[in-house]
Amino acid sequence: MLTILFDGVAYGMLLFVLACGLSVTLGLMNFINLAHGAFAMAGGYCTVILVNRFGVPFALGLPLAFLVTALLGGLFERTLYIHVYARPHLDQVLFTIGLVFMAVAAVDYTMGSSQQFVQIPEALTGQINVFGIGMGKYRLLIIAICGLLTIALQLILTKTRFGSRLRAAVDDQRVARGLGINVGAVFGLTFAFGSGLAGLGGALGAEILGLDPTFPLKYMIYFLIVVTVGGTSSITGPFFASILLGIGDVAGKYYVPKLGAFVIYAIMIVVLIWRPQGLFARAAAK
Amino acid sequence: MPILQTTGLEKRFGGIVATNNVNLSVEKGARHALIGPNGAGKTTFINLLTGVLKPSSGRIALEGKDITDTSPHERVRLGMARTFQINQLFLDLTPLESVGLVVSERLGAGADWWRVVGTKSSVTEEIVEVIERFHLTDVMFDRVAVLPYGKQRLLEIALAFACRPHVLLLDEPAAGVPEAERHELLATIEALPQDVTVLLIEHDMDIVFSFADRISVLVNGALFVDGAPEEVAKDPRVKAVYLGEELDA
Amino acid sequence: MANPALTSHVSDYLKRRARWSPLEIAFWIFAFATIWLFPSKHLILKDTAILALFAMSLDLILGYAGILSLGHAAFFGLAGYFAGLVAKYGFITEPVLALVAAGLVAAALGFVTSFLVLRGSDLTRLMVTLGVSLMLGEVANRYSNITGGADGLQGVEIEPVLGRFRFDLYGHNGYVYCLIVLFVCFVVARRVVYSPFGLSLRSVKGNSLRASAIGIPVKWRLVGIYTFAAGLAGIAGALLTQTTAFCSLDVFSLDRSADLLLVLIIGGTGYLYGGLIGAVIYKFLQDYIANLTPQYWQFWIGLVLVTIVLIGRERMRAWIETARSALENLWPRGFARPAKFAAPDGK
Repeated sequence: MLTILFDGVAYGMLLFVLACGLSVTLGLMNFINLAHGAFAMAGGYCTVILVNRFGVPFALGLPLAFLVTALLGGLFERTLYIHVYARPHLDQVLFTIGLVFMAVAAVDYTMGSSQQFVQIPEALTGQINVFGIGMGKYRLLIIAICGLLTIALQLILTKTRFGSRLRAAVDDQRVARGLGINVGAVFGLTFAFGSGLAGLGGALGAEILGLDPTFPLKYMIYFLIVVTVGGTSSITGPFFASILLGIGDVAGKYYVPKLGAFVIYAIMIVVLIWRPQGLFARAAAK
Repeated sequence: MPILQTTGLEKRFGGIVATNNVNLSVEKGARHALIGPNGAGKTTFINLLTGVLKPSSGRIALEGKDITDTSPHERVRLGMARTFQINQLFLDLTPLESVGLVVSERLGAGADWWRVVGTKSSVTEEIVEVIERFHLTDVMFDRVAVLPYGKQRLLEIALAFACRPHVLLLDEPAAGVPEAERHELLATIEALPQDVTVLLIEHDMDIVFSFADRISVLVNGALFVDGAPEEVAKDPRVKAVYLGEELDA
Repeated sequence: MANPALTSHVSDYLKRRARWSPLEIAFWIFAFATIWLFPSKHLILKDTAILALFAMSLDLILGYAGILSLGHAAFFGLAGYFAGLVAKYGFITEPVLALVAAGLVAAALGFVTSFLVLRGSDLTRLMVTLGVSLMLGEVANRYSNITGGADGLQGVEIEPVLGRFRFDLYGHNGYVYCLIVLFVCFVVARRVVYSPFGLSLRSVKGNSLRASAIGIPVKWRLVGIYTFAAGLAGIAGALLTQTTAFCSLDVFSLDRSADLLLVLIIGGTGYLYGGLIGAVIYKFLQDYIANLTPQYWQFWIGLVLVTIVLIGRERMRAWIETARSALENLWPRGFARPAKFAAPDGK
């Protein structure tokens, strides 16, 4: 059972890294970006190409995935997304679904529809025994990297000026603008960063989650669950929601395999009935 | 027995006390004005009365019946209607449709899904009556969004009136209405039937003193002074609170 | 007291507004004429009719009540499986009866889930509706011994409609059946939309604060329309199962709900014909693109979505309004407009 807990935590932290960009985007600009998963996919495929085809070492492949996806995110934000900010939610949903469809088809066309595997270094395969619990080395790496990232994110948010600008803008955009905060720039940077994180998550997660062109559609729901349950007014909300969901999904699939993702959806619906604003949201939802 | 009464009504938002232990009594048939400086909590009070906000403590009674836990639409059925300081209208509907909604709902025909709007003559007659009373005949087929502000304001009041309320809460009815259109608006308010009790929030002291038979002053969420217009006009504390505003009727 | 002349004028105006316009009548005459005009296209027309009904049902909650839902497929799928199962195990053999029963089952689910949809923000609603739909998919997958799981429901045999009209491989009877059902559902929906109930929905969508302030029980109206729309979606789902003698898990998929949104964005929301027109355009677009690039048509659909949103629905509506005005000038009698009433005192 502890192995399940361990796997669940690893899965949850991965989900968090993948989803936190989405959470901030939603909280900051009240923008529902269903194409977030496409950026994760992009990062995954980027690493696959770099590591498998060009022999780039895995340790370099990860940060490169982050960079490439961040740039991609920034580009898309400035050219496409910016036109859709002020639109009603329905339009945002349709727009980003359209982007996902295009991304999925494009990747299918260029890379084929079979699952891709990243050649992870020898050192990361297999398990190590800690206190009698078998822990996959790769999963340990995920926990380590994601844990560090979470701490870094929390520090950035709370200790830096950019962080306080971001939190101000999330809290009340108009007032933030009135204070001279360049909300557009804050958002552009945050969006790029969030997309980069998604890319990194996609690269890290390729091994565990399975990387194929349908990735954005399969996992988008999970990201949305994290964001909806965790709320958008903090980092800690989505973090705990991710862990909860990670453990819930792994445990659910182990103990009641036939019902698969049923457990997750049930948890989400129950939480949303009880607290429509999410488990950790402070302010009323827009 | 007062037609509307609040007992110890309080509303707290975090650390801020927006409504502070208000005990207000409105008599049947009264023309009762609620005045106070900006930010005194007048609109919050109306929101509490109508159920848009839930009080932190205290009770509200309408015609002797406790309505503190009643939902907003239920309160309308019990005889209380309000207007909004900033027009809350159905911009894509026409005045005819808007008034029609209120009347249908009141006559119990609002949920009829099987018949076309306009096929119940009792409803239609009443709709036309309200439209005529509020001088909306010439614009009744136009989309509300394109109406001049004065007409929109009239519609705002018409909607509340069409509820045939026993108590009508008017939240700054003359706000933003240009001078030219004020007369029509005020005449309409003056012409409201005597059996409808009116609680009026206003800033314009001319309107208050020509219309009200009783005035309550709200300051920082608490009831400050409450009495006949002459008393309130002479009260030095009220003058001090308003600092420089004209209080002579 | 009300001016009696004015009262009757208003009454006439309201009744006239709800009358079927010549354009509408022409639309339905043409729709039924397609039975004879395009005999070789009955299969795709049948699918279009089903999609049209499904889209119209979503329009009722999206366009008229303003509820954002990504999980309308839940009702479609539930009724689809229900219709298939009652036919397969012989519980209800007459298709029309089974159709009505399936619609009622879907409406029941709609009623139960409507309370979930009333709370929270747009995103919450999206997630809850999607969650219900996906959950049902998981349940169908779990009980694959009953539902056939990923392979789909096998061995469904549909009796002839009313004992006389058997469904065939070419979709002839199937199309007529679906078209008639679509028309009947449309007539009912049209009545609802022009009723006081329908008007109250529009007020709730426009300004729910004011709606409750004039005595409208907002919650119950939304529950009502959501239940009704769920029932119609269910009828659409049952139609699909009955005319194809098959039902599979993809009835619950996100793809299906997303396609529906696309249909409505193409056709427009809030005037009931959006789902119908959008379905026609979508189906033929899909057919055309699929013939060009069978594998990657999803890309082009995505592109259409992105483009439409970027152009903006407001701008498109403005174009349509311009076209409509132009048509109006050519044929004034086809478009009924209210006459301004001259009050006796000349106001």
